[in-house]
Amino acid sequence: MSNSNLPNYLEYKGKYKGIFAWIFSTDHKKIGLLYLYSIMSFFIVGAILGLLMKLELIAPGKTIMEAKSYNAVFTMHGITMIFLIVVPGIPAIFGNFFLPILIGAKDVFYPKLNLLSWWLYIIGAAIALSSQFMNGASPDTGWTFYAPYSFRTQSNVLPALIGAFVLGFSSILTGLNFIVTMHRMRAPGMGWFKMPLFPWTLYGTAWIQLLATPVIGITLLMVVAERVLNIGFFDPALGGDPVLYQHLFWIYSHPAVYIMILPAMGVISEVIPTFAKKEIFGYNAIVISTLLIAFVGYFVWGHHMFTAGMSETSLFAFSFLTFLVAIPSAIKIFNWLATLYKGSIVLKTPMYWAVSFLFVFMIGGLSGLVLGAMAINVHLHDTAFVVSHFHFIVFGGVGFAFFAGIHYWFPKIYGKMYDAWWADTGWIVFFFGFLLLYTPMFYLGIAGMPRRYYDYVPEFHFANILSSFGAFIMIAGLVIIIINLFRSAKNGEKAEVSPWGGQTLEWTISSPPILENFEEIPEIK
Amino acid sequence: MEQDTHDHYDHEGSKLGMWLFIFTELLFFGGLFIVYGVSRYKNGIAFSMSAEELDVTIGTVNTIILLISSATIAMSISSIQMKKAKLTIALLSVTLILGIIFLINKYFEWGAKIDHGLYPGSDVLQQFGNGETLFFGLYYFMTGLHALHIIIGMIFIAVMIVKVRNGKIHADRFVQLENAGLYWHLVDIIWIFLFPLFYLIA
Repeated sequence: MSNSNLPNYLEYKGKYKGIFAWIFSTDHKKIGLLYLYSIMSFFIVGAILGLLMKLELIAPGKTIMEAKSYNAVFTMHGITMIFLIVVPGIPAIFGNFFLPILIGAKDVFYPKLNLLSWWLYIIGAAIALSSQFMNGASPDTGWTFYAPYSFRTQSNVLPALIGAFVLGFSSILTGLNFIVTMHRMRAPGMGWFKMPLFPWTLYGTAWIQLLATPVIGITLLMVVAERVLNIGFFDPALGGDPVLYQHLFWIYSHPAVYIMILPAMGVISEVIPTFAKKEIFGYNAIVISTLLIAFVGYFVWGHHMFTAGMSETSLFAFSFLTFLVAIPSAIKIFNWLATLYKGSIVLKTPMYWAVSFLFVFMIGGLSGLVLGAMAINVHLHDTAFVVSHFHFIVFGGVGFAFFAGIHYWFPKIYGKMYDAWWADTGWIVFFFGFLLLYTPMFYLGIAGMPRRYYDYVPEFHFANILSSFGAFIMIAGLVIIIINLFRSAKNGEKAEVSPWGGQTLEWTISSPPILENFEEIPEIK
Repeated sequence: MEQDTHDHYDHEGSKLGMWLFIFTELLFFGGLFIVYGVSRYKNGIAFSMSAEELDVTIGTVNTIILLISSATIAMSISSIQMKKAKLTIALLSVTLILGIIFLINKYFEWGAKIDHGLYPGSDVLQQFGNGETLFFGLYYFMTGLHALHIIIGMIFIAVMIVKVRNGKIHADRFVQLENAGLYWHLVDIIWIFLFPLFYLIA
């Protein structure tokens, strides 16, 4: 196989020039890159906000900001990281770029709708972030917008709510687009169970996006109505029920965790077999467990509310289901390990990220089970332990898989190779910093340090210093990774068609791909 | 927008997309139905009393209007398949007019309520209890959101009329019209649930 003579998608001259050739392009690959650049920009903002929090916590008492600013910072950190980065993250970037290629299609089913999704994403992000620049205080509710505080606070919650609502639309439309694409556009011969695993996880994700996101959409609208029209859906003073808000919020926001993690698992399921030089172990089991996670994930939202006031029956049911949903995730871990077993493992940058994903994901998952046990949950609720747990899953899981993916597919996206030495250095620095940042927080949580506080008792000082120090190391790793990729995209060596020896369709077409991916739609045998 | 290379026509696929969108819409309203259910459970008597304030006649008339409009849009889809473009346009126009009548009724209905001082945050409502306040809050929010969907549906139908006239929608290529029909039926079915919940259970 060699690179095609046709112009690739980056060189292709369309109707528009300059930046308009990007922001009005309906090419799924360009849209994927639009998402990559916008999400990375927001990620840098979110990471800086996180770093500011760690800087504040480096010593007890006021270090660099007041309690009020700290509340605003963790709120914006949460909103940016959740709604702008990890929820769209992998599906919008890699899903857009590679889903059509992996199933042998020229584009997604609705290319214009796809572009609209990106525009909605940008508009939603602009609205959400505008809350920072308006008169009045920036939002201080936390990303969860819990009632009744979210309609009592004087801060600019309204733009944040409306921004999140618009972002929800973008997410729904992407999911809808992907489902129809997979139903209607698979290449001839590619049956459902011949589809690679990354598309399968996108399929599960897309259904959650479609069926869970509207619930948060309407819930956020109801909070808007509370603030603007004075309708007391969730206001106890007006007859409403604040716990009902929590239910509705988590009916979306727990499945949203699976929106984040399933595509991450898909990326890992692509990377591991390629570098173990082996077929994935238990393809069917991975597919079925993906769908099971998507399904069972709907029914566990109550475990966020063990201390909020629920009937004992529901407590037991939610705790039981939480343990149940761990099984399909464990099946996947088992399959990945079995794939590595007796494989001819080649350790390259994407593989480093993938195996460290397994490590952090395991810790995140097991600490999730700790929190799923009711009695322990009462002790650990709203402590640093919870923060550590979900950063191991959401940042460890999604972040590591994202970096595995970008280092895996980079040669295909840009047609250039990156500098492997710097990439590996970035990984080890980042990995070390990550562990140093979040591991002490498990201890802090057990010792009783609550989350979302800008201050703590002197006994917690040492662990906090470790954690803040870890944050600096991790950011240093991040800077190395980003600079390396940025430079390599410009000046890297030319990439071959299949630099890693991957077996899926994207490694049969030229790097970078031509405008509609395939000169001829492939037939799958 | 850049390249028109994606000009493939896939009737089944487009319809699938519309159905998925309808699922989304149903869950969107589903959240409201949950809030309604919980609120009603907690304030049963106040909800029954408040429902007496609503005008069952207007509600019934509007239900009939929407049911007829669903029938006319379904007929328009059949008539485009029979290559009767003029009849299609006529039936779509009737649907559109019925939508307008629905909104006019709604306008007078809301207007009368607001004249009586029944709106969220009003002095009159504050004299009643929390249950009544919640009932009217939900009433305005849910029927208001539904009216917004009626407006979106009417825009959709208006575009369809133009496209049938231009010949862009015809007997071999009518999936957009069918999707407009699906959407209109969705708007209809949501009303079918709103009507008894607000007007009839008194």
